Amino acid sequence: MRETTVTAEPAIGTETASTPIFDPVLGTPDIGQGWILYLDGITVSFDGFKALDGLSLYVDAGELRCVIGPNGAGKTTMMDVITGKTRPDSGVAYFGRRIDLLKLDEPEIASLGIGRKFQKPTVFSGHTVLENLELAGAPRKGVWHALRARMSGEERDRIDEALAIVGLAQHAHRPAGQLSHGQKQWLEIAMLLVQRPQLLLIDEPVAGMTRQETEMTAELLTSLAGKHSVVVVEHDMDFVRSIARKVTVLHEGRVLAEGRMEDIQNDPRVVEVYLGE
Amino acid sequence: MLFRRLLTDDRGGRLFLAALGVVTVIVPIANLVMPPDSPLHVSTFTVALLGKFLCYALLAIALDLVWGYAGILSLGHGAFFALGGYAMGMHLMRQIGSRGVYGHPELPDFMVFLNWEKLPWYWHGFDMFWFAMLMVVLVPGALAFVFGWLAFRSRVKGVYFSIITQAMTYALMLAFFRNEMGFGGNNGLTDFKDLLGASLQAPSTRVALFVVSAIALAGGYLVCRYIVTSRLGRVLTAIRDSEDRVRFVGFKVEHYKVWVFTVSAMLAGLAGALYVPQVGIINPTEFQPLNSIELVVWVAVGGRGTLYGAALGALAVNYAKSVLTVEFPDAWLFALGALFVIVTLLLPSGVSDAAAAIKRLLARRLRHA
Repeated sequence: MRETTVTAEPAIGTETASTPIFDPVLGTPDIGQGWILYLDGITVSFDGFKALDGLSLYVDAGELRCVIGPNGAGKTTMMDVITGKTRPDSGVAYFGRRIDLLKLDEPEIASLGIGRKFQKPTVFSGHTVLENLELAGAPRKGVWHALRARMSGEERDRIDEALAIVGLAQHAHRPAGQLSHGQKQWLEIAMLLVQRPQLLLIDEPVAGMTRQETEMTAELLTSLAGKHSVVVVEHDMDFVRSIARKVTVLHEGRVLAEGRMEDIQNDPRVVEVYLGE
Repeated sequence: MLFRRLLTDDRGGRLFLAALGVVTVIVPIANLVMPPDSPLHVSTFTVALLGKFLCYALLAIALDLVWGYAGILSLGHGAFFALGGYAMGMHLMRQIGSRGVYGHPELPDFMVFLNWEKLPWYWHGFDMFWFAMLMVVLVPGALAFVFGWLAFRSRVKGVYFSIITQAMTYALMLAFFRNEMGFGGNNGLTDFKDLLGASLQAPSTRVALFVVSAIALAGGYLVCRYIVTSRLGRVLTAIRDSEDRVRFVGFKVEHYKVWVFTVSAMLAGLAGALYVPQVGIINPTEFQPLNSIELVVWVAVGGRGTLYGAALGALAVNYAKSVLTVEFPDAWLFALGALFVIVTLLLPSGVSDAAAAIKRLLARRLRHA
């Protein structure tokens, strides 16, 4: 947790922004406009209920963005659209300027460099921490390759680095199922990190955490921003206040307000739907 | 080096292979060398019975690979076993030649009986042993590949997948019952004479088939160990534990499922092919859904996710079955049902975990005492 200097991770939003992941098929996201994520007019309806209603969201490279909103505002559906789990009825979703996310499936989007952490910690409970990271960090994910693959020194280095960032180095050989709730959340974040993501989507990272764990997570997420773009969906307003630079408020599938936390807190519309509760 | 990786953390597997090796040496000697009146003699009937059990054990390992490791509960694995059996049966039928009841040089008896003029196209090639052996694995493999691809691509999983595999084996059973299919209808394929020139009635052939079955079982065990100890195996268990996470980590879950389902079906086909010459018949009842369910019980009883547990479960349940069906013919299905309930409730990891379960129980007793 304490180590905030990471050297091997490609830095985005700086001069070296052209170095990140290159996928031979899909290409490198072109972030020329400064956007890493561009959602415009996304509409998703389930049986007539509009979970997202013309949602537009633009996230800058290297930014740490918090998305808040009452239950049913469409936060998780938005994550589903970005990661390819749900196809919207209309709208556009681009990663960088050129990569159309709506044409890709989950594994393809994941290998492009969009990592997602679920609300409930989902790690492979039967595997050790190390094995969890081995699978997440495997550079090639094909079946035949996996049959013969051995962990390379480079993979191992990247895993050790991620373990150090989330503070789980001494737990590397424990089964993931035995970790505490907070440790599972961090393992999941480490699993995203070894995939060298450019964009991290993090759903309710501190739900169920102790206060100390929450503080450590806040520190972790702020240290990741800059090197990665991070979108955090969270309910815990104290937590959002502690990390937020820019906040987007969703309400009924739309952006209700966007801006700095202080401005958002004083926005009467926001107070009405959410903060006033 | 390779063996070290396969067996280092696998005490149960080492014991299993050692026991299998001992039996494979002793049984042939006891049958062929010991005189029939010696108490150490093992009858040819017993050799064939044991050989049959070994085939079941291989089938159980194949199911454990998909169910125990990848979490795919197939309730139609008997179909792949039966298809492998039919491929072998077709070869054995072609070997009969003109020695059939009707003495036709090429057509099997049932085709002559149905007034067929010539061999259907899909019977060609089965007179060659190598071709038949290829079909033993390719036919079940191809079915599993196509079926798996359609099902997994549509993200059919859990109990829904189990149900359609039941439907698959049931549909195949109905199809194979039809005379028009050209597989002997409800009589199936039987009256086999010899295999590779050796008479199937000769004790030496029986012993050879038993030994080959034992080798196939050991080989199948090692192949499955190789798979489950590889990174691929870790992806499979990860799919079992958290499929969505595997997908979001960047693995094509469908490809992995289709792959393991196909490999498992090929092993099942091999088991079926070894089974048929030892029992002397293959007919559509091998496709009946109940067979596939019994197979699941073997694996559950032995303990899934260990491979050797599945094999032991198959051996133990089938031994119990052959004893009980002789002593109390009506009681078997009740015993099978009871066994399944008891194992599910008390021993979720099967008999291979019984020692640990007993230890837990004793520890609890001691604490209360």
